[in-house]
Amino acid sequence: MNHVLKHIVFFLLFAWMAFAPVQSMAQDSLQEPKKEKFDAKSFIFGHTGDSYCFHITEIKGEPVCVWLPVIVKCKDGGGWHCFSSKHVCELKEGETFNHKGANFYIAPINADKYPGKLVEVKADGSLSRPFDISFTKNAFGIFVVCIFLLAFFLPAARKYKKDPMAQPTKYQGLVEWLTYTVLDGIIRPNIRKEKVNKFAPYLLTVFFFIFFANLFGLIPFFPFGANVTGNLSITVVLALMTYFFVNLFGNRHYWKDILWPDVPIFLKAFPLMPIIELISTITKPFALMVRLFANILAGHIVIMVLMALIFIIGGMYGAGMGGVMSVVSIFMTIFMTALELLVAYIQAYVFTMLSSIFIGMAQEEPKHE
Amino acid sequence: MDLFLPESGLVIWMLIAFVIVLVILAKAGWPMIMGAVEKRNAHISDSLLAAEEANNALAGIEQKRQETMAAAQAEQIKIMKESQDLKNQLIEEAKTQARQEAEKIVADARLKIEKEQAEAMANIKNEVIALSVDIAEKLLQRELSDKSSQNAYIEQLLKNNPPRIEA
Repeated sequence: MNHVLKHIVFFLLFAWMAFAPVQSMAQDSLQEPKKEKFDAKSFIFGHTGDSYCFHITEIKGEPVCVWLPVIVKCKDGGGWHCFSSKHVCELKEGETFNHKGANFYIAPINADKYPGKLVEVKADGSLSRPFDISFTKNAFGIFVVCIFLLAFFLPAARKYKKDPMAQPTKYQGLVEWLTYTVLDGIIRPNIRKEKVNKFAPYLLTVFFFIFFANLFGLIPFFPFGANVTGNLSITVVLALMTYFFVNLFGNRHYWKDILWPDVPIFLKAFPLMPIIELISTITKPFALMVRLFANILAGHIVIMVLMALIFIIGGMYGAGMGGVMSVVSIFMTIFMTALELLVAYIQAYVFTMLSSIFIGMAQEEPKHE
Repeated sequence: MDLFLPESGLVIWMLIAFVIVLVILAKAGWPMIMGAVEKRNAHISDSLLAAEEANNALAGIEQKRQETMAAAQAEQIKIMKESQDLKNQLIEEAKTQARQEAEKIVADARLKIEKEQAEAMANIKNEVIALSVDIAEKLLQRELSDKSSQNAYIEQLLKNNPPRIEA
């Protein structure tokens, strides 16, 4: 009961944020109808997907963006190219940007091939996707979260190191509370006592990374607002980390249960069970990856769809109906954003909880009979 | 859709950033926070235990003090009672002694009186005897013929020698 209460308080603490994003999002979206025809698909996926520049707002039709660096290596012996995304983002349709003899442009979001990605146009007119390690909006979002994590937890750690017995400040109290909510609520119930110190750093880091990435994803203005955890590239790394921590540190008992489980001999001599067990080691993190990605992406898409609905209805029945719809939409978006705050915590909780369960299972000792 | 394919560039950025943050926090973040909190927890529980022990000890001392006080009070009452008894006894003894003394004095006085009476009686007897002898002697010295003159003479003797009776 006490645990449940703690998590509710945790959620409510951030619930006030529900009202800020909706207003800004509404303002953001209201500038859209300048286009002739409202394209819901590119509107939604443009906001939920990755991007080469960080679009902040538009002033008098001019986009205000933070131009992030594009770093690509062309295929077929081409060299490295590094330039500001300003050059490719501001291209008109049909134009390309020439950088050191290579022509680039960003494929439109509704293109068949490489939608929304930087592509190289070869001399013969064929398209080729270069090896792309551009510092995109999501990469920027990752760094924002990482810098926040370091800036938030390291000063507390330094204070503790300096004088562990000093009376903790309010800030330290907050850090302690956050840390021990996760440690006592998620990690300790699932991992053997002797192994907690070994795995807690990973699980705490992953929890706060996901949690703050989720929250920052809901704040729609500049340094935040990147849909970090709703991107498969990010969750695949998180899932791989869990896979790594489960299987690399798994003990002999764990591997014995996979390769030679306690089942009738005909099930494992013809290695049916070992194959199933081996596959299950991969499906578990795979489920983690998809769950986090799908939940966050779905939340963002629903909010964007509710916003897009204003313009779709407005486009179909005129501005009056669009205005009526906006009232409905905003109330639904407030509700959705509040729900997303809950999801932000729940998904961080679930990912960490399942990771610690898998890690804990790989650390179990056989029961002595 | 490409939405469901990981992007190699972003995977690399994520991997680098996350591993760096993980290493930094695992080296300089979480162990410090957890270590300090555990240490403080241990310190607080130790202090609480010590405080409880001290409290218990104090309670023991208090109990002992109360016991001592009670014993002292009992002792006081006992001593007071004893002294009261002693006082009463002394008074009683003094009274008894005084009575005995008085009785003794009275007895002595009585004895003395009796003795003096006896002495007086003895004196009287002696006197009577001496007188009688004296008279008899005088009678014998003067032989009287008649009885009447004898009596007159006795009377005369008695007048001349009235019997001395000492009180």
